[in-house]
Amino acid sequence: MKNICELTAHEIREAYESKELKVTDVVKAFYEKIKVDDEKIKGYITLCEEEAIAQAEAIQAKYDAGEKMGALAGVPIAIKDNMCTRGVKTTCASRMLENFIPPYDATVIKKLKDAGAIILGKVNMDEFAMGASTEHSAFFKTHNPVNLNKVPGGSSGGSAAVVAGDLSPISLGSDTGGSIRQPAAFCGIVGLKPTYGLVSRYGLVAFASSLDQIGPMTKDVTDAAILLNTIAGHDEMDSTSAKLDKKDYTKALVNDVKGIKIGIPKEFFGEGVNSEVKEKVLAAVKTFEELGAIVEECSLPATEYCLPAYYIIACAEASSNLGRFDGIRYGYRTKNYETMQDIFRNSRSEGFGEEVKRRIILGTYVLSSGYYDAYYKKAQKVRTIVKQNFDKVFEKYDLLLTPTAPSTAFDIDSKINNPLEMYMADLLTVPVNVSGVPAISMPCGSDSEGMPVGLQLIAKHFDEETLLRAAYTYEQNREVQ
Amino acid sequence: MEYEVIIGLEVHAELSTKTKIYCGCSTEFGGDPNTHCCPVCTGMPGALPVLNEKVVEYAVRAGLATGCEIARESKQDRKNYFYPDTPRAYQISQYDLPLCEHGHVDINVGEMSKTIGITRIHIEDDAGKLVHDGYTGGTLVDLNRAGVPLIEIVSEPDMRSAEEAVAYVEKLKGILEYIGVSDCKMQEGSLRADVNLSIRPVGQEKFGTRTETKNLNSFRSIARCIEFEIARQKEVLESGGVVLQETRRWDDEAGEGYAMRTKEEANDYRYFPEPDLMPIRLSEEYIQNIKDTLPELPESRRARYISEIGLPEYDAGIITSSKHLSDFFEAAVAVCGNAKSVSNWIMTDIIRIAKDKGVEYNELPFTAENLAKLIMLIDKGTISSAIAKKVFEEMVETGENPEKIVEAKGLVQISDEGAIKEVVDRIVAANPQSIADYKAGKDRALGFLVGQCMKEMKGKGNPQILNKLILEHLNK
Repeated sequence: MKNICELTAHEIREAYESKELKVTDVVKAFYEKIKVDDEKIKGYITLCEEEAIAQAEAIQAKYDAGEKMGALAGVPIAIKDNMCTRGVKTTCASRMLENFIPPYDATVIKKLKDAGAIILGKVNMDEFAMGASTEHSAFFKTHNPVNLNKVPGGSSGGSAAVVAGDLSPISLGSDTGGSIRQPAAFCGIVGLKPTYGLVSRYGLVAFASSLDQIGPMTKDVTDAAILLNTIAGHDEMDSTSAKLDKKDYTKALVNDVKGIKIGIPKEFFGEGVNSEVKEKVLAAVKTFEELGAIVEECSLPATEYCLPAYYIIACAEASSNLGRFDGIRYGYRTKNYETMQDIFRNSRSEGFGEEVKRRIILGTYVLSSGYYDAYYKKAQKVRTIVKQNFDKVFEKYDLLLTPTAPSTAFDIDSKINNPLEMYMADLLTVPVNVSGVPAISMPCGSDSEGMPVGLQLIAKHFDEETLLRAAYTYEQNREVQ
Repeated sequence: MEYEVIIGLEVHAELSTKTKIYCGCSTEFGGDPNTHCCPVCTGMPGALPVLNEKVVEYAVRAGLATGCEIARESKQDRKNYFYPDTPRAYQISQYDLPLCEHGHVDINVGEMSKTIGITRIHIEDDAGKLVHDGYTGGTLVDLNRAGVPLIEIVSEPDMRSAEEAVAYVEKLKGILEYIGVSDCKMQEGSLRADVNLSIRPVGQEKFGTRTETKNLNSFRSIARCIEFEIARQKEVLESGGVVLQETRRWDDEAGEGYAMRTKEEANDYRYFPEPDLMPIRLSEEYIQNIKDTLPELPESRRARYISEIGLPEYDAGIITSSKHLSDFFEAAVAVCGNAKSVSNWIMTDIIRIAKDKGVEYNELPFTAENLAKLIMLIDKGTISSAIAKKVFEEMVETGENPEKIVEAKGLVQISDEGAIKEVVDRIVAANPQSIADYKAGKDRALGFLVGQCMKEMKGKGNPQILNKLILEHLNK
């Protein structure tokens, strides 16, 4: 049998059922490994060891009593530090919320607790989810477990690194422009961004409300389906959450893609995309073909406008969403003030990092009177066109297949002073958020440096089933490349 | 130079829904600071708004009652600004697609009636309250009011005087009370007005520069603020200056307004569509249903009081201007059946008492039923009108049932002729001079004798019988 910390969630769950493992032993094993390895990886901001062990004992007692247990009962999980956890610090990796303890649980946290999942701790991210490398955390940088000199991607870099580094079997990330998929690709794990509206955002500290979505980050596709089962569903606390019948996504885990039509959008293989990445992704395309999928080139002509439109919309919403961090009710307050304006200005100047301030300023600018039409309104028009592009190709195809990121994980500190280059890391993931459709990233080999390459599958609105089915089939059949 | 005054009003009314606009917290006024709060209305990170459907219903009711067109599709927008009473640093309001547009109300000023246009009615959330802390000298934030639903009713610049502006707000207040969407308690701030005002030389087409005075919360302050602002703008123009476009505050104690910020200092609110909320779509059926269940409005009650009950137009107008007063009137008439008498009591005493005590007509110290009982005591001859006034004062003090007051204080009128005659005989015998005076043509003497008898009987003598018996004596 594998080492405990290398197991997937479903393997752990099965071992509980067969009494091969005890919940307490599993939880303790993870904390022991965290104590050693997280010195180097630096994924966790806050550990919840005491609560986790108490909870493990309670759940083990229920297993021992032969009770019927939930799908994640006793399974450890790591949570990106922008989801509110009652009584546990939720920092968004920002000085602004360094000591913020939410008085309530996010809906996803409530659902995880109800399913018996055990929260190991809260993990690092780019401050307020703004970034693509987790270097913008106000506290420390997280390292890629595959190669510690590389970034883990971002903004859910902590979530990806702890799963890839065996410091948690599964984790939750959030994805506004690629923040689940890109770090999943960089660390060689599976990351699923569900359709906008499938998972409640209540309790997710908002970056860009119309784009944010919480999703699973896991070692395999099966775990992604299990975790999605737990967190998906309508929430009356979130007006944008969809009213749909509950599905069992594990039923989609069928090893068969025969006849599935896959479009390869040519715009996603353009100049900015690294040739080794292209090569690996095209090899995966070939595998799909061999498995019986129908593969054709297609086009999403508005793709080149996605990135600018995305940055305008995301920053506009962020500039408003982050207004509440004003030093009045909670969070960081400057010591340096005389007037009310000083409290606002200095708390925000001192409490936010450079990247966050850059985006607030950009967002404030594009919403200002006289500029609104030229930027925000135009970006919304692009958004409509992008959606139409996707609707059109999905009339013909069940899925789209692209690289997840234009490159593999880059060296720590190599792009930190070049925001534009950093923004390019989102090039292939933002169109998905702009249109609201679901997408998954999964490993499809490594580059010459041994860094993982991710492929991205994109499906129609609320068609996570086809997404999971294709991903599962590829996972079962891919050759080690 | 003669000037024409142009006034437009923005009236904010708190809706009387049980819960707040975007969460389940209570909207009740008062309560210890920060006790009607939750993560949503305190703007906690991650919390999301969910629209209270009652708010839409109430706003649509207000729109229909003021003749507005109701939008089949509207949306909510964020209005961004920093202030400690605004916990999200944005208010959720409606920018370019309000729920209601193009309505009007009719007002009466003296003999004149006039139609005031309503540009729009939209929904939004109220802010919290800043409380000065005398102990530390600091400022505290109470978020109980944050998230209480408001409608903002924006008028056309159709008013030309303080009287018209007050009549308009009175009319709106009446309508909102009638349709039960707001309790309109001005002293608690649940109805407040912003005054937009400019002046221009009579005959000039172009509007003058306007100022906006915020947050007036009584009819008196609206009227005084308008008079002040007219005088101020005239003075500025006549001394060769220019009126600045600015936002102003009114200090009711000092009786003067002052500038808060100029146009250059104005906030850029960076409105954009609220991404956390879906568009509001209303079906024909939904709107029709609200239309069908709209209660009787003041105009129709007024007409009914004049034609069916025969009240004078003036009295009917006053009584129907307030739903509470009109409800009081109807409740009292239902018990005693004497509409004229109820109307008289309202016009002479009840309005005065409400004003003196500073209460709404549904907060009077006595019930409509008790007023009706008092009127019935008079109508049956149990007490005289003079005694009734005394009983009424007692009711104002204690709220007690008038029958009990009359009984407890022994105020029942003496109508027994024998008993009265005994007193009259005695008084007349004791005042021969008065009889002589009367016979000499001095009518005053009769009044004197009646007064003496009443005094003797502690006011309880039936005045008609008393009069009759004295006259019998005098005319012997």
